[in-house]
Amino acid sequence: MTRLGIAGGIIQLVVVTGCAPLLTGVTRQVRARLEGRAGQGIGQPWRDLRKLLRKEPVTPAGTSELFRIAPLVLLATTAVAAAVAPFVTTASAIGPAADLFAVVALLALGTATLALAAIDTGTAFGGMGASREITIMALAEPTLLVAIFALSVRAGSTNLAAIVTATVHNPAQVVSPAGVLAAAALALVTIAETGRLPVDNPATHLELTMVHEAMILEYAGPDLALIELASSMRLAVFLGLLATLFAPWGIATTAAPLALAAGTAVFAAKVGLLGATLAAGEVFTAKLRLFRVPELLAGSFLLALLAVAASHFLGAA
Amino acid sequence: MLRLWRKIRAHGRVAEPPVGRRRGALAAGLRGSVQLRHVDAGSCGGCEVEIGAAFGPVYDAERYGARLVASPRHADALVVTGVVTRNMAEPLRRTYEAVPAPKLVVAVGDCARDCGVFKGAYGVTGAVRDVLPVDAEVPGCPPRPEEIVAAIRGLTGR
Amino acid sequence: MPAAAGGDRRGDPGADRAVNLVGFGLGLAVAVASLAALAVLALPGRLRPAAAGAGTALSGAAGLVSGIAALDGRPFSLGLPGLLPLSGLEFAADRLSGFFVAVTGAVAVPAGVYAIGYLRHSGMSRSACAFLPLFVASMLLVPVAGTAVTLLACWELMALTSLLQVLAEHPRRAEVAEAGRWYAAMTHLGFVCILAALMLAGGGSLTAARHLPAALAGTVFVLALAGFGSKAGIVPLHAWLPRAHPEAPSHVSALMSAAMVNMGVYGIIRTGFWLLGGGARWWWLLVLALGAVSAVYGILQAAMSSDLKRLLGYSTTENMGLVLVGVGAAGLFAGTGERVLAGLALTAVLLHVAGHAAFKSLLFLSAGSAAQRAGTRDLDALGGLRAGMPVTAAAFGWGALAASALPPGTAFVSEWLLVQALIHGLPGGGTAAAVVLPVAVAAVALTAGLAVATFVKAFGTGFLARPRSDGAARATEAPVSMLAGMGLAGAACLALALVPGAVLPALARATGMTGAPAVTGLVTLRLSGIAGELSPLLLTLALLAVMTAAAGWLRTLPARRARRAARLWDCGAGPLTARMEYTATAFAEPLQRVFDDVLAPETGIDVTHLDEARYLVKAVEYRRRVPDRVERRLYRPVLAAVHAWGTAGRRLAPGSVHRYLGYGFCAVTALLIVLAVAR
Repeated sequence: MTRLGIAGGIIQLVVVTGCAPLLTGVTRQVRARLEGRAGQGIGQPWRDLRKLLRKEPVTPAGTSELFRIAPLVLLATTAVAAAVAPFVTTASAIGPAADLFAVVALLALGTATLALAAIDTGTAFGGMGASREITIMALAEPTLLVAIFALSVRAGSTNLAAIVTATVHNPAQVVSPAGVLAAAALALVTIAETGRLPVDNPATHLELTMVHEAMILEYAGPDLALIELASSMRLAVFLGLLATLFAPWGIATTAAPLALAAGTAVFAAKVGLLGATLAAGEVFTAKLRLFRVPELLAGSFLLALLAVAASHFLGAA
Repeated sequence: MLRLWRKIRAHGRVAEPPVGRRRGALAAGLRGSVQLRHVDAGSCGGCEVEIGAAFGPVYDAERYGARLVASPRHADALVVTGVVTRNMAEPLRRTYEAVPAPKLVVAVGDCARDCGVFKGAYGVTGAVRDVLPVDAEVPGCPPRPEEIVAAIRGLTGR
Repeated sequence: MPAAAGGDRRGDPGADRAVNLVGFGLGLAVAVASLAALAVLALPGRLRPAAAGAGTALSGAAGLVSGIAALDGRPFSLGLPGLLPLSGLEFAADRLSGFFVAVTGAVAVPAGVYAIGYLRHSGMSRSACAFLPLFVASMLLVPVAGTAVTLLACWELMALTSLLQVLAEHPRRAEVAEAGRWYAAMTHLGFVCILAALMLAGGGSLTAARHLPAALAGTVFVLALAGFGSKAGIVPLHAWLPRAHPEAPSHVSALMSAAMVNMGVYGIIRTGFWLLGGGARWWWLLVLALGAVSAVYGILQAAMSSDLKRLLGYSTTENMGLVLVGVGAAGLFAGTGERVLAGLALTAVLLHVAGHAAFKSLLFLSAGSAAQRAGTRDLDALGGLRAGMPVTAAAFGWGALAASALPPGTAFVSEWLLVQALIHGLPGGGTAAAVVLPVAVAAVALTAGLAVATFVKAFGTGFLARPRSDGAARATEAPVSMLAGMGLAGAACLALALVPGAVLPALARATGMTGAPAVTGLVTLRLSGIAGELSPLLLTLALLAVMTAAAGWLRTLPARRARRAARLWDCGAGPLTARMEYTATAFAEPLQRVFDDVLAPETGIDVTHLDEARYLVKAVEYRRRVPDRVERRLYRPVLAAVHAWGTAGRRLAPGSVHRYLGYGFCAVTALLIVLAVAR
């Protein structure tokens, strides 16, 4: 735990927790402007969260402590992932926890807990949302792990800090075939894991088309605020991973205040740009039928396998 | 995809300028963020079309901080349209009970305010105020989208 | 070729007895088990469960102590020439045997404590109770067998005692007898394969490396893989596992899944690395391929299963498949000379065996408790058990977390180690490795994802929400002894999840790969020779810290309101009944659609029309089953062929005494002619 790592961890935790709603606001605003509307303003999610914290929490009859703990677990897993991943600095706050597998497993833990809480409500929509979310997560895991494999071949380790440092010192491997294929595979997995179009529509009202929303229909007040914040943070973490693994330039390598400030600004800009691109892409896409989503994920898995093959056979290492 | 992009460029911004603001004492509590859950208690569908237009690109009620949500647990206010029929009286009460405090009710349309043309019909229990406490009303059959947007602005204060 | 850690275990010449803590512990275990068996036969009915359970637990504890001593490095060898005619029995323990003895003993302790309460309510017969301690004692002896004959003798003893345990509840249910038949047939087929393999290899000591010609060594390895793999539940010889585990009593299922299947893994490791000294590359590719197929197939069947214990049985196949992936990778790496990676892979294998023993026993004990109190094993009829059985539900939840490879969990650490070994094997492995290793990683990843789905389904539909049947609604908490057994297993899971570094150095030494231990560190696990580190403890502490901070911050908000209990939001219409909840079958349906081609579910629809009008429907019956496709495709033709031969063979025995006398006369004449010609 170096000073660089601790500084980076604190900055990341504060920035991601505080500004993740801003990211959601940016995606909604970009979408609104492209649809010809005026939009809510990028600060609206902050106003929504502030209002939700003042509302009354509700415990539906028949649910258990798991229902009440699930928002905390979801927030904790996303926050720890945001703190340990090397977004702003090349060192990590908790080095031994910054393994890419550990971060992926943490995010999966959050999803699984929310799915259990949805089943605990005993409603048909809760079970349906949990079933769909878990299916998509189970099918996205192979792609994630094989893509991590492809990235770690060059760096010699699955530790996030090591991969980022290797990419910073050797920028050419980003545009290598392995890098491009891995980026494409990870982009598709990001869309699936964060519940964006074409996998899931975050703004739908039809329960039968919901995946993530159906799991949280029973939450109210501060619980809902935690879940919404965790969802925004999850999007920020995934986009941050994409940005840092494939375009890490601007990241702080020393603990000087100027370097840290520059690293934070560059990180925020990269994630904002990726978010805006995602939102713009969503305007041109329709939602896929649920049973076509595995075909999409199988395609991304194939890209990841090709990335591993390319990194071995075409690699100069 | 290119055709859609050209259409977006051609139309640009479609939303009309904001309409006048309705002053309301309710805005203080919510401060710029209102989630609305729509309940059709027995309407003919006309008010729904106008609400749909109010949230569409032209009138864009979302820019004032309002959003339609799917579950009453996520909502701050119920938007009730139509006269309260006998079969929908109990579900309407349960929906109101499911909304977490502090909660508001907006009755949209003449039917929701005072039964409109269906006054005294055999399937009708009464107006919304006979079943739930109503905080805001929007008159009209159907009300124009500008009036609905003005009522929403009174809720959010934006 | 990898050198075995001890070569020939005969120690100093002239001393074939080394009595120390290891031997004392094993002897005590056997003695306690025998005494407990006699006590069960002699005592009145009220005291039999306590005697059987306590005897099992004490025997297991003695075995655990002895195993830890052997894992520590104390040598042990004992020869009993008079006990069996012709060859006698010889026992010898090295670190690897010590590990498996320790795991078996550690599983027997909670299973024994649990059995005290379970047997009291299940009303098993006297002989079934008596053979429980003997089952544990025979399992403790298998890893310390020093020669082929000793191994076969202990193996058969283990098979017979376990068969008696599986059949324990057959007076109550008819399916138990069929499960027992399958189990008996397959375990003895496995025994024949092991017998053939060991006899072809020449019998004698199990750790002395043989130098056999390549074809013979290959045959020995394949036969050993078939026999030991069947015991471990590897596809395609796994069919007994999902039949025997649901029908056996729960503590027996725990013992079989958590301790007995490890004997198969022990056999493969001992044969491949010690007896045959490494071997050809295709052996390990075969092991890896079988492991990957078992892992994916096992978890897929588990995800589709709506019988709680059958689900856990298929999960055992999956975990043993992952273990074989590690063993195969270790063999590949050892063959190319990368001893550090081979050691890492085998260490991951041993940690996974230990972790699987802990969480599988916890899962089976809690599932058995739930099934006994609710009266059914069907997940579609369970539900809402956390209200009536909170401790059992919490135990199953903890076991489910441990089994699904999520942090904090035991399988998370061992799968991380396994994937690290596979990933770092890519640069040095050549083309074969470049094709096989990514597919292996993909198989492990798919297994991990499906495991999360399976255990979310099992815990969610079985224990949460509302009960779907009267039995589940009336379930009450299990007695204290059963809860104590679950608690012991849960504590073991916790220890292995948070501080696996306490046991990893010992496991690394037990693998027999010379060199520095592959994994070091207590709080943070560091890999030696390759870059990689993980700290499950720090991860868990970070999670707990953030959760506490968030909960505390929410409490201090000035504008917070009190929590209100409200009616479930059911869209305003009538009350939601338990029938409207998602069932386990419904939960798994999207996955079943995705893997339709692999699973080939059978559906049938029967429509009954009204007598008066053919256009009107009286009733529609819909059936859907997900069969075990390997059984369908592989076993049915074999069984049909055997049946056909049997029917044809009946014509040889029509009942006429003259014909039988003629057979004898012809056989003796032919033998005399052969002897005369061969002289």
